[in-house]
Amino acid sequence: MRPRHIAADFKIVFRSYQRNPVALFFSLIFPIILIALFGLIFSAVGSATVTVQVLNLDHNSPASQEFLDALNNTTFVKVQVVNWNASNFAAQLGQNDDPVGLVIPAGFDANYSAHQPVNVVVYTDPEDASSGGALLSAVQGVSNAFNLHASNGTAIVGITQQNVGSQVYTYIDYLIPGLIGFSILTSPMFSMVDVAAGYRKDGIFRQLSLTPLTRAEWLTSHILWYTVLTFVTAGIMIGAGIELFGAHVNVNLGLVPFLIVGPLLFVSLGMLAGSVAKTPESAALIGNIITFPMMFLSGTFFQVSMFPPALQTFAHVLPLYYVIDGMNQVMLFSNATRAFTDFVIVLISALIVFALAVQFFKWRDE
Amino acid sequence: MPEAIEVDHLVKKYGDLAAVGGIDFRVRAGTVFSFLGPNGAGKTTTTEILEGLRRRTEGDVSVLGLDPWKDAYALHLRVGVIPQDFRFFEKITPKEAVQYYSSLFHTHPDPDELLARVQLADKANARFDTLSGGQKQKLGLALALTNDPEICFLDEPTTGLDPTARRAIWEVIRALKAEGRTVFLTTHYLEEAELLADQVAIIHHGRIIASGTPNEIITAHGRPERLRFQASPALADYLRPKLDLPVIAADGRVDVELHDQSDVLRVLTAVEASGLPWQNFSTAQDTLEDVFVRLVGQMDDGALKSEVPA
Repeated sequence: MRPRHIAADFKIVFRSYQRNPVALFFSLIFPIILIALFGLIFSAVGSATVTVQVLNLDHNSPASQEFLDALNNTTFVKVQVVNWNASNFAAQLGQNDDPVGLVIPAGFDANYSAHQPVNVVVYTDPEDASSGGALLSAVQGVSNAFNLHASNGTAIVGITQQNVGSQVYTYIDYLIPGLIGFSILTSPMFSMVDVAAGYRKDGIFRQLSLTPLTRAEWLTSHILWYTVLTFVTAGIMIGAGIELFGAHVNVNLGLVPFLIVGPLLFVSLGMLAGSVAKTPESAALIGNIITFPMMFLSGTFFQVSMFPPALQTFAHVLPLYYVIDGMNQVMLFSNATRAFTDFVIVLISALIVFALAVQFFKWRDE
Repeated sequence: MPEAIEVDHLVKKYGDLAAVGGIDFRVRAGTVFSFLGPNGAGKTTTTEILEGLRRRTEGDVSVLGLDPWKDAYALHLRVGVIPQDFRFFEKITPKEAVQYYSSLFHTHPDPDELLARVQLADKANARFDTLSGGQKQKLGLALALTNDPEICFLDEPTTGLDPTARRAIWEVIRALKAEGRTVFLTTHYLEEAELLADQVAIIHHGRIIASGTPNEIITAHGRPERLRFQASPALADYLRPKLDLPVIAADGRVDVELHDQSDVLRVLTAVEASGLPWQNFSTAQDTLEDVFVRLVGQMDDGALKSEVPA
């Protein structure tokens, strides 16, 4: 490996990239769009209150009014009283795309005062489980308080809520390491698969084989380039996350090893995939087969702990999982031991894949 | 003069198909050697084996005393290659490409001078994907020269170029020879080989069917020199019984093949004696192209198969 050769090739890669508007868009603008898009979609789910359409058949009786005020006070739901026909309340909810509804029956106040059982009816949309869940827990909580009050009881067990880790995390905080991992995977994978197959087809590798540049030097210059790009992308994503959504993540030197071994792993893997394929078309296919499962199942957009057990086991064999988990440990949980374990796993995989890529990728035909 | 390239019984098989079926030739250092043949004859396969881009199946090949496949790295420091249909990084300019090659080869040519030499100075800062086919070939030639090579392999360097650009490349090839370099040139243009080459080999169906200087090949495989008149077939009919030479009438012309220079006077006398009208007499001789077309055509008809390898 001669630094002079790597530097010369790096310059060529850099210039090619710099003069390619599509590539620039995907590395500089796309990360911001990703953060903004996923941040908006998921932070809305986590933070905003669910609006519940309420049909009060007990016509503003004191007890029903108190019940609705209590619901509003939970801050999980926002009551909106409607005057729809009771017989087609469910249909009306569906037509208006309202995910949740509540009906207070006639005689609620009278029954409550007389200590007679009375049911409020909760409507939920199975497709929007989170809104339904929020309403159900709110209604349950308020009902319990009402029951306790009616029986003159006192609450014994209380709840104090705290978030996982040492501080309060929102979805966007988990999203930042996940999306940095997403870029570490997709940016080199898609382009290296393409380069490996395309350069072979166009005879550019043959052309390079006529120079003193070696395959390892060529691969190294590309790994270096994608490492630089990863640092830039990570910087943009962290900046956008903090600026746009007030994310709080730790940015420290512990992140650096992952931003280096990640590109090492995925540039090599892309090259390997492109080299074992016979045509550019099959290369793209192999690339997609490797990339897509990792893209969704490694903790990029969703926490792996949310998956069913079988998928979690599968996620644990995906190398990107360890890249993202490691960054989570550094940026959110300050767990250096686990981050180090993750790093070692990624490093070993990267070295194996790099060696295989150098082995399988040929400049010349037999 | 030492041999720059030595090829003995070279065979290249793809599965059962023999693309090159046991060929031998030598290229002397400092000469221009032209390798000719129709498409699919084994020309590019042979060239790529010599360049170290392809592994041979059998035979001995030595280029500058090196085995091109095993010693490819050492060989590539000393030779320059333009592959057929040269391609490069699309967004890179010729000047940057020359600088890139210079860094890799640790040489220091002046990029502007080198590009001027192949008449590409005006496009020094244009991106590769904006260059025409001819300009791309010129860049290929410039890159092949960045390492000051002892042998230049030029695989169809003028294909698709306009006549001016072709002549520019010819000048470069002549200059390379004048500088003492060996040039291995494959081409479709027989005229090019005839103009530039010291030695020529014609390959067909993986075998060499003729080799030597262009003149030697024409003498060995061409038809004799002819006297040509524009005249009716009646003149041919008159001449045949009078002369012991072959007389051919075609396309409003009458050709008389000459065995000897002294035949010229006999033919002219007989023509004059015929009293038949004629115009425009000239001499005609086969070109390398005529010989090439005849040899390849005869071989495809089966006529020459027993003669090979030449």
